[in-house]
Amino acid sequence: MTTFIIRRLLQAIPVLIGVTILVFSLMHLTPGNPAVIMAGESAPQATVQAIEERLGLNDPLHIQYFNFLGNALQLDLGTSIRDNIPVFDHVQSRFLITLELSVYSMIFAIVLGLLAGIVSAVRQYTISDVVIMIVALFGLSMPNFWLGLMLIQWFSINLGWFSPTGWGDPDQIVLPVIALGTAGAAIIARMTRSSMLDVISQDYIRTARAKGVKERVVIFRHALKNAMIPVVTVIGLQFGYFLAGSVLTESVFAINGLGRLIIDSILQRDFPVVQGAILVIAVTFVLVNLAVDISYRFLNKRIDLN
Amino acid sequence: MAVASKERIRDTKPVNPRVKSMKDFYKRLKKNKSALIGFYILVFFFIVSIFGALDANYGFTGISSNATSLTEKLEGPSAAHWFGTDHLGRDIFIRIIHGMYITLGVGFAATFLAGLVGVPLGILAGYYGGWLDTIIMRLMDVLLAFPGILLALAIVSVLGGSTINVTIAIAIGAVPQFARIVRGSTLTTKKLEYVDAIRALGARDGKIIFQHILPNIMSPIIVNTTLFIATAILSAAGLSFLGLGVQPPTPEWGAMLNDGRNYMYQAGHITFFPGMMIVIVVLAFNLFGDGLRDALDPKFKK
Amino acid sequence: MSENILDINDLRTSFFVEGNEIKAVDGVTFQVPKGKTLGIVGESGSGKSISALSILQLIENPGKIVGGSINFKGEELTKAKNSRMRDIRGNEISMIFQEPMTSLNPVYTIGQQLRESYKIHEGLGKKEGTKRAIEMLELVGIPSPEKRINQYPYELSGGMRQRVMIAMALACKPELLIADEPTTALDVTIQAQILELIKELQDEIGMSVVMITHDLGVVAETCDYVAVMYCGKVVEYADVETLFANPKHPYTVGLLNSLPRHDVDQDELVPIKGNVPAPDEMPTGCRFAPRCPHASDICSKLPGLETQEDGNDVRCWIYTEEWDGEKGVKVYDRESTT
Repeated sequence: MTTFIIRRLLQAIPVLIGVTILVFSLMHLTPGNPAVIMAGESAPQATVQAIEERLGLNDPLHIQYFNFLGNALQLDLGTSIRDNIPVFDHVQSRFLITLELSVYSMIFAIVLGLLAGIVSAVRQYTISDVVIMIVALFGLSMPNFWLGLMLIQWFSINLGWFSPTGWGDPDQIVLPVIALGTAGAAIIARMTRSSMLDVISQDYIRTARAKGVKERVVIFRHALKNAMIPVVTVIGLQFGYFLAGSVLTESVFAINGLGRLIIDSILQRDFPVVQGAILVIAVTFVLVNLAVDISYRFLNKRIDLN
Repeated sequence: MAVASKERIRDTKPVNPRVKSMKDFYKRLKKNKSALIGFYILVFFFIVSIFGALDANYGFTGISSNATSLTEKLEGPSAAHWFGTDHLGRDIFIRIIHGMYITLGVGFAATFLAGLVGVPLGILAGYYGGWLDTIIMRLMDVLLAFPGILLALAIVSVLGGSTINVTIAIAIGAVPQFARIVRGSTLTTKKLEYVDAIRALGARDGKIIFQHILPNIMSPIIVNTTLFIATAILSAAGLSFLGLGVQPPTPEWGAMLNDGRNYMYQAGHITFFPGMMIVIVVLAFNLFGDGLRDALDPKFKK
Repeated sequence: MSENILDINDLRTSFFVEGNEIKAVDGVTFQVPKGKTLGIVGESGSGKSISALSILQLIENPGKIVGGSINFKGEELTKAKNSRMRDIRGNEISMIFQEPMTSLNPVYTIGQQLRESYKIHEGLGKKEGTKRAIEMLELVGIPSPEKRINQYPYELSGGMRQRVMIAMALACKPELLIADEPTTALDVTIQAQILELIKELQDEIGMSVVMITHDLGVVAETCDYVAVMYCGKVVEYADVETLFANPKHPYTVGLLNSLPRHDVDQDELVPIKGNVPAPDEMPTGCRFAPRCPHASDICSKLPGLETQEDGNDVRCWIYTEEWDGEKGVKVYDRESTT
């Protein structure tokens, strides 16, 4: 187990290095001079030179990369072109909001997805199963930004129950969480259903029934724990999609999270901020997956060796 | 003597198990009602989108998707404008029809490009293994570290927003998914006894890959392609919605949603109809893709 | 015959797939005398496992018991409520399954799984349950049970797992044990140990056993009575001596002839020709007729299960007045098996 964790940690290092190279390249693979792009086509030569100077754009590429990497390791992601505030400060305050949004959506998706998936599996081929699976298919096929707009239309504009914008108060949290979490809930529900059906037909479930175990206990004690094993991986992956999907949700609900920071910075051509924010999301995702992988392995240990 | 031994080889040539399974596959697919519904919706949409594309570019109906009418702006659905009009008085129904080929086209093109790169990478990694496998898959891992729309967003932020750039950005994001699935299937196929037997008979790698591996891994590729088109359509719409994808006044559905969001208080229908269309198209691909998967992998169906 | 603990009459269990009824158990009748062992023999697909699962009402969708009666100690199980069936399962009637590797829940320890039975049927807490679980593991011959009890199934060998399954089945001292091919998945040496163990425990607890197997060797070693099943029907029922000495049904004879024997000279083993018919190609008359070397015209009608002079119940036209085939046909020739 320890060797597995160490091996898995070591494997993550080249991936993280690759991530930094890719993020670094973004700015440097841009056709044309990044300094000109940032300053704008019509900017005076002096401004362009100042930007070139500040970003070290005149150094050889590999030097620039190692500077970038070295600074990033010290949590220095450069400074914003627009307001000269360190990128890290920009990212830090926004990241917490995005993380909150993602975690709440995750909880929403897990609770709803597991419940729906279990009901669907236990009542296979009944009306409830069919309805749940149809709803899940819709949830899966719906763009989260459109769902967000529709929720605003119904619950904010028509009914006035929730605030259509912002983040923090309970009446601001509900709609974005539903908008972002629904697709995940649908995926988890489908996965849980198929995994539960798989487990329910296993020999050990028959053994439990032959022992006289109540059906409810068979489902929740004997089946669910086994069925959760593949679902955990899906949940881990979903978290990444929530981080990325929050870009759209934050835009719809005007939430000042990392996603909105990325969009605004792209539109303002503030590349250091774009770089920093994307790097933070990617690294978070890699670390979350690492954690999921290890916990999956832990859960799965007993089965792997079978 | 030489002829005789050659013939013997032909006689004992191992049988590709694919042939029989394809027949079963069609039988199972035909039985799957939801897959058929998805398929029919898609066929219908293709026809409409071809019509829409021709009309948008050659205008034989004489109706323009960009014809503005200040007297008719923000009107709700009516007999004259089935889906209502937007803030410039443009007919939303016409715009949806004229924009359909863009949505479908970006989805197909991005998926096709991703497959074009991802499938060979997956086969190389799976078939040859070793350091080639390690390098390819680590590279894929790096791309996979950017979840969902994020990689496309990063790429578009560099390339700038346009239909072609969005397609490329989404395709790059999808390459690792193809590579992973193809690698897995290649590994499984490589281990099949009949592939071993063919190799023992002295077939060359190229021949094994094209005649034996590729046909056998086609089914996961097809399923994945169908399901990925759905994701690609969602991503493209998302980028356009953010103003980073297909640019107005092109009647792309995501961009139309972006137009409409400022008028939600006065005219909710502007954001309703384009989004609903996205849902139906994506749903159709998902239905069809699910059906394909069930038909190809009966144990999945239960 | 002594008192019967289990009396099954005309049991019918079917599976409904895509509008078709597949009759897995098609009018099965047999009895299990108290304290004795009944063997149910047949090829896979003959309906023997489904019969066993029907007794415990463990048939799952799309399967259903569609007729007949299952009488356990005077109680009709086909009419029993769910809660009553739960009381019976694992308590009065227990079952051991074929696959010890997959029949234990991989995510719970041996102790947790054993304690569950005590909790359900005797309301025992953790401490008392653990004590009883250790005793039970000791009884089935598992070394150092205090240690085993905290282990997960993957840490045990197949033979050990089957012992755990037996311990679990016998935890509440059932009156009837149904063992569904308990040794098929195990090594030959372990097989003998497990069968011996079941026999010992049977004497100790005084329970009755239904031993489901496709192995006539196991039947000869462990059973008092035998029911031979073919395609969802019992084709022959007899006590074990009679069956081996005087098999009547051509299928039983076929099974015996395909078995290596020590007591007679065999020139060769004779397999039964053909295969078990697919459910959609099931003959309407005698199910065995297409493979039977003696089949005649009348075999296109279904024979009844009739008691013969030796005491066998046989489902075959040869032993009836109506027989229209070769007279005096010798179905079984003990000396020269051909």
